[in-house]
Amino acid sequence: MVYFLVGIGGIAGALLRYMAGVFFFRHSLFPFSTLIINLLGSFLLAYLTTGLFKRLSISQELKTAIGTGFVGSFTTFSTLSVETVNLFRNGHWLLALVYIAASIFLGVLASRLGHKTVEGAPS
Amino acid sequence: MTVAGILMVAAGGFFGAIARYSLSKSLNARGTALPLGTLLVNLLGALLLGFITGIHAPRYAALLFGTGFMGAFTTFSTLKLEMIGLHLKKFKKEFILYTSITYGGGILLAYLGYLAGDLIR
Repeated sequence: MVYFLVGIGGIAGALLRYMAGVFFFRHSLFPFSTLIINLLGSFLLAYLTTGLFKRLSISQELKTAIGTGFVGSFTTFSTLSVETVNLFRNGHWLLALVYIAASIFLGVLASRLGHKTVEGAPS
Repeated sequence: MTVAGILMVAAGGFFGAIARYSLSKSLNARGTALPLGTLLVNLLGALLLGFITGIHAPRYAALLFGTGFMGAFTTFSTLKLEMIGLHLKKFKKEFILYTSITYGGGILLAYLGYLAGDLIR
């Protein structure tokens, strides 16, 4: 059952990511769409797993479906890798390096903020 | 964006998420400091998406296997959560190792996959 729920979360996450890519920053050279999705998802997953899920009385299966299924599928690493390769291939070395650095450092920051939000929240 | 396209992404997302969950559940719990399951799905997914891109897969195949499956199979949010975990536990060496293998390996494999796809198309 949990596998099926994770799959349903995966559908929602993949569709939301797909639509964001269709509607936003479509003609941008820099992959803003993926970067923003990845940062939002990193914040959300940290906030859910370290905070909200501990306070909500929902089943572990549903938590896995939302965290691993939905947020995990909303964010992506393969697209990030291929976009970086494309920037390098097209000679945009600086943009490629900026993209990698932003993904590493802003990603960690976004995840950390998800923790911080929880720590700072009145209980 | 068409109904068929949406169905392709949805089907890919369904199986991609389940495949990641199964693999990481069995591999991440091996007791090693590095989350091997997440590392494996991200590296494998980067290689295969590179291949799909290089071979210039037809539109619907790219949406099913690329945007849907590989997009959902690989993950960024879990990677960051695990990086923060290593950081908070002061596993500095593991943090640097995990970050460099994921990014260095992922980008290199995506490029090799692209070259392989481009070669046989």
